[in-house]
Amino acid sequence: MIKVENIHKSFGQEEILKGISTTFERGKTNLIIGQSGSGKTVLLKCLIGLFKPDEGFIYYEDKAIQKMNDEEQRVLREEIGMLFQGGALFDSMTIEENVMFPLRMFSKQKKSQMLDRVNEVLKRVNLEDVNKKFPSEISGGMQKRVSIARAVVNNPKYLFCDEPNSGLDPKTATLIDNLIQEITHEYNITTVVVTHDMNSVMEIGEKVVLLKKGKLVWQGDNQEIFKTDNEDVTQFVYSSDLFKKIREVQLKEKE
Amino acid sequence: MKYLEDIGSYFLMLKRVFSSFTKRSVLRELIFKELDDLIIDSLGIVCFISFFVGGVIALQTALNLNNPLIPKALIGFATRQSIILEFAPTFISIIMAGKVGSFITSSLGSMRVTEQIDALEVMGINSLNYLVFPKIVALMFYPFLIALAMFLGILGGWMAGVYGGFTSSTEFISGLQDDFIPFHLFYAFLKTFVFAFILATVPSWQGYYMKGGALEVGKASTNSFVWNSVLIILTNYIITQLLLS
Repeated sequence: MIKVENIHKSFGQEEILKGISTTFERGKTNLIIGQSGSGKTVLLKCLIGLFKPDEGFIYYEDKAIQKMNDEEQRVLREEIGMLFQGGALFDSMTIEENVMFPLRMFSKQKKSQMLDRVNEVLKRVNLEDVNKKFPSEISGGMQKRVSIARAVVNNPKYLFCDEPNSGLDPKTATLIDNLIQEITHEYNITTVVVTHDMNSVMEIGEKVVLLKKGKLVWQGDNQEIFKTDNEDVTQFVYSSDLFKKIREVQLKEKE
Repeated sequence: MKYLEDIGSYFLMLKRVFSSFTKRSVLRELIFKELDDLIIDSLGIVCFISFFVGGVIALQTALNLNNPLIPKALIGFATRQSIILEFAPTFISIIMAGKVGSFITSSLGSMRVTEQIDALEVMGINSLNYLVFPKIVALMFYPFLIALAMFLGILGGWMAGVYGGFTSSTEFISGLQDDFIPFHLFYAFLKTFVFAFILATVPSWQGYYMKGGALEVGKASTNSFVWNSVLIILTNYIITQLLLS
């Protein structure tokens, strides 16, 4: 579990996060949603330690990341898997080397054991026969799956995903969403996904946190989000044409 | 103020480069890869330029020797002095600032833009040690490249002088041996080490801390070449003043 307590973060004069408090639960896919510029990615980068909050605390299983020494932070980072928006695969390495990378850096396994594990996770993300290819030789969707494989190869306790289905076609996006949720349940990890895709909210939003202009304005699950009367939620959810139509149908049915 | 900040961030980067070391076996592989990218891949251009510039120095000296009282051995002497003291260490380093410097800046800049550096940091890896330290170690082999440039430059001079009919082989070699001061080699290689450090770290700093997208990667590469050249020329002046004047 990750607990966020009163997080503030500013860049220059501009306050991006304004006192955010919430919890991200273990074994669930926790979604941070909001419009562009609402502070989702900044919050995610604070969670993974790429940004230091100006105020407030982030607790990993009751231990504040700000109070950890360098060694504790290093150990914590070994327990974190991250799926970046663009995949962030290392261009100079093959797919196999990319996925094996965390194992080579942190485990003392033999190469044959590492290879077995790599093949196991690649199979888990439905990728086979790509081991010797380079990231530039596979599609965007496949790159995302490789990135997921790399994120989970070292059995992390926490998985963070920054807009995992951006730039993907709807079918591949759903596939990636489902994969993230399956892995979350299978490995019982705490997963935090940043997205503005309502399809993802519907598919995998076991806990949803809505940010607006740096403030947390609503939290609940993917069932509650369609029932709430919270104005910020309805504005966000029904901003797309598809959901507007659904809303109109719902309101007609109510009448 | 901005310059002071930049200098501060450069030295802070150096501090981080030499802390939290990456696993030794991984580091060893990275050093060999950098040796290949930075040194071995530069062999061709360095050999080509050194050989022909050595030839041109010999030709220019020979063509300007109009006085019959000046011995032809001066061709060998002038070639040796020019190549060892300045051409090989300094001008090859300026060329390397363009080749190796731009390569380092653009590769690190691209890694920054595509979040690969963030990925390393999230994994708990000291990205500066992982990315920059192997480059510094690899470029400590740079003096071997300069030694080769010296040899080929003089060989080019000998061939241009002898086969161009400007001097005899004996005269050229006699000129090479005249008033040879071994300290000049020490001076040349000392500054080569300093240039190697500049070549590894300044472009790394430019690439690692760049912000923006593809356009900024290009700008950072250009800046890297400019700053590398300026620093190499300035350091050359200071070292020459300290050691030879």
